[in-house]
Amino acid sequence: MSSDETVDSGRRNLLVATAAVGGVAGVVAAIPFGMSMLPSERAKAAGAPVEVDISDLAPGQMKTVEWRGKPVWIINRTKEQIASLRTTDDKVSDPKSEKLMQPDYCQNETRSIKPEIMVAVGICTHLGCSPTEKFKTGTESGIAADWPGGFLCPCHGSTFDLAGRVYKSKPAPDNLEVPPHMYLGDAKIVIGEDKKA
Amino acid sequence: MSTINDGLKSVLGWVDARFPLTSNWKSHVSEYYAPKNFNFWYFFGSLAMLVLVIQIVTGILLVMHFKPDATLNASGVPIAFASVEYIMRDVPWGWLVRYMHSTGASAFFVVIYLHMFRGFLYGSYRKPRELVWIFGMLIFLSLMAEAFFGYLLPWGQMSYWGAQVIVNLFSAIPVIGPDLSLWIRGDYVVGDATLNRFFAFHVIAVPLVLLGLVSAHILALHEVGSNNPDGIEIKKKKDANGIPLDGIAFHPYYTVKDIVGTVVFLAVFSIVLFFMPEGGGYFLEYNNFFPADPLQTPPHIAPVWYFTPYYSILRAVTYPLFGIDAKFWGVAAMGASTLILLLLPWLDRSPVKSIRYRGPITKWMLSLFVIGFFILGFLGTKPPSYEFFGMIPGAPVAQLFSLYYFLFFLTMPVWSSLDRCKPEPDRVTSK
Amino acid sequence: MRKFLTALLFVPIVAFANAELHLDKAPDRSGDKAALQRGAKTFVNYCLNCHSASYMRYNRLSDIGLSDAQIKDNLLFTAEKVGEPMKVALQRADGRVFFGAAPPDLTVIARARGSESGSGADWLYTYLRSFYRDSERPTGWNNTVFPNVGMPHVLWELQGDQTLSEHHALELANPGKLSAKEYDAMVGDLVGYLNYMGEPGAEARKRLGVFVLLGLFLLFILTYALKREYWKDVH
Repeated sequence: MSSDETVDSGRRNLLVATAAVGGVAGVVAAIPFGMSMLPSERAKAAGAPVEVDISDLAPGQMKTVEWRGKPVWIINRTKEQIASLRTTDDKVSDPKSEKLMQPDYCQNETRSIKPEIMVAVGICTHLGCSPTEKFKTGTESGIAADWPGGFLCPCHGSTFDLAGRVYKSKPAPDNLEVPPHMYLGDAKIVIGEDKKA
Repeated sequence: MSTINDGLKSVLGWVDARFPLTSNWKSHVSEYYAPKNFNFWYFFGSLAMLVLVIQIVTGILLVMHFKPDATLNASGVPIAFASVEYIMRDVPWGWLVRYMHSTGASAFFVVIYLHMFRGFLYGSYRKPRELVWIFGMLIFLSLMAEAFFGYLLPWGQMSYWGAQVIVNLFSAIPVIGPDLSLWIRGDYVVGDATLNRFFAFHVIAVPLVLLGLVSAHILALHEVGSNNPDGIEIKKKKDANGIPLDGIAFHPYYTVKDIVGTVVFLAVFSIVLFFMPEGGGYFLEYNNFFPADPLQTPPHIAPVWYFTPYYSILRAVTYPLFGIDAKFWGVAAMGASTLILLLLPWLDRSPVKSIRYRGPITKWMLSLFVIGFFILGFLGTKPPSYEFFGMIPGAPVAQLFSLYYFLFFLTMPVWSSLDRCKPEPDRVTSK
Repeated sequence: MRKFLTALLFVPIVAFANAELHLDKAPDRSGDKAALQRGAKTFVNYCLNCHSASYMRYNRLSDIGLSDAQIKDNLLFTAEKVGEPMKVALQRADGRVFFGAAPPDLTVIARARGSESGSGADWLYTYLRSFYRDSERPTGWNNTVFPNVGMPHVLWELQGDQTLSEHHALELANPGKLSAKEYDAMVGDLVGYLNYMGEPGAEARKRLGVFVLLGLFLLFILTYALKREYWKDVH
């Protein structure tokens, strides 16, 4: 440690400039390193639309298909199940589906194109677990005596009604996502694609 | 005989002229003076080093056979999952190496938690050991990262959904969250890209950081000297040669003592390894013997036991605040619960360090903290709907103890200074 | 106080039993080579048609007292050589069409099915005895342990038909080829085999563990004596 107090300002300015440019160079070099961890072209290319035949889906039954590595549920709701959605209106946090968790053609009471057929991405909006179907009503469900049927996330206990709407005061912030989908005839759904007219 | 000794001496002289071998040996081992009153709790530092070595050695051997590949083989099983079973069955002694590594992961946390608790008991984080504590906490955080990355590798159901949940935690951060979790995963869902990069983090990146931090932890400790169960500084009383009166050389006294501890530890370790390697479903979770299935979450998912107290804290927050989702606040609470430990040296205002000379307030607060930590850990292994004895709902209990967890630290400056302390002794006491 | 804190730390987490599922205890067949061999035969005849055990090599069965020649003559249906793993003829895609889901690989099923309710063997033992007729299911079968299971009751000719009463109790409507006791014993053997297959080295592991602990005990005596010797100086 020298006791020389005099500052060579020319030397210091050069030092600052070198450090600054060198620092920028370091940051610039780190960008491609960081970018290399983003999804690759192969990952981006995956995820073609999926065609599902629902002719064998009886009322009250559910089918799971894989789309972009995620489970997509197709549920054929019974009359009672559709009616139950009115009773859950005041228990769910976004009854009118105001947040854009669905295409606009599904922003309705049943969150679906056809009232009975529900299509939803089976991934909890909290932390991405796949909720379990709890179609049995009442105490038999093990959830609540007035449980009208719906879904329970095993990870943090979020519950959803039969339109995928999340109940109030649960960890999940949003309703289940409804993927873009469309019908090819009566019994065939294409998931991941919609022809907006 | 003497010619051999002379030969060795000249070799040592040659080395010492080029590398500070003897001087380092002296300053860190043979002339590092540690208090002579170390008790049971002081075994866990050297045991943590032992487990680190076990994990590195077995880890290197496992990497020779493991394949981080999520694609399915001809039997429809992910290659990574199948390669673990290949190690367990087809690789000679592979089962032993794998069980050592999986048991070692849990052992690491047992040892580290006890080591940290020792710090709580005797105030080992207090001045002048703040940096020892901070390096130690950074080791703890790195270890959590290391365990988390490693847990994905067997690519079982718990691996998969555990990673899914934890990576999605980052998406709760406002604005950058979703892109951040995408960047971590390297794909839109947890997949092959994620498995590969977690493998890289687990075997290269985090171990390098860990080794650096462990060195810093020990260097900082040897700079200030070890604390002891009385919480007094032995360096204050030195003999004519400058050696602390209550200090004894680390080697041979603590080396021979730590070897006894090592053997006892290895016996306990072996009981788990040879007779209960699954640890009742806590060390190797049952559901992780199912290969990862992106379409179905297991009915009960819980992290491995060493994460469950923090997981309970995460789950405890269910209310949105300031217009931001509850999800973010849960994540924030979990992050804060680990980071708050870093502040401990400055939160504790007690005039004495060791629990031996502290008053009833500290003892009650700390006891309740430990009980709460256990209960949070227990509830973290259970589904959110869990009820004690089928009557007392677990969720509010977890919220209560989560709150206490933070209150313990945040009110520490008050209660630690209010406590009635006993006078510290001049010299260390035995027993 | 110090002792109190020490004790506190070692309070084992009290297991608050909260088991939802009642499982019957599976009989212990570990080390019973004759039973495991019978179980292996049942496994190859009934399970291996659809389920693989793709990490289990046929010649590993030497653990349970079978020679290569015996394996080749009696058990080797899906492979050419005894060194090959227990693969399956059924294509996974076909399985998905037949049963709604591809039949899972069974090598480690006994380890995967463990839970708070009981060991994986207990689960399997109860499950294989809990099939009942259910006309609403595509296969005509359902199961009280695994509701809406995809697999039909493969062993029904042996057990017979069970039905589910109004009180959710299983009743044997038509007896099968085996008496209830014989059927339970046969399932016990099969589950014993599945348990063995989950970790074939488990028995050897435990035997080795005893020697390791004995060795460590000896080392403990020596190291403790060494420590005492050195610590004479310290006071």
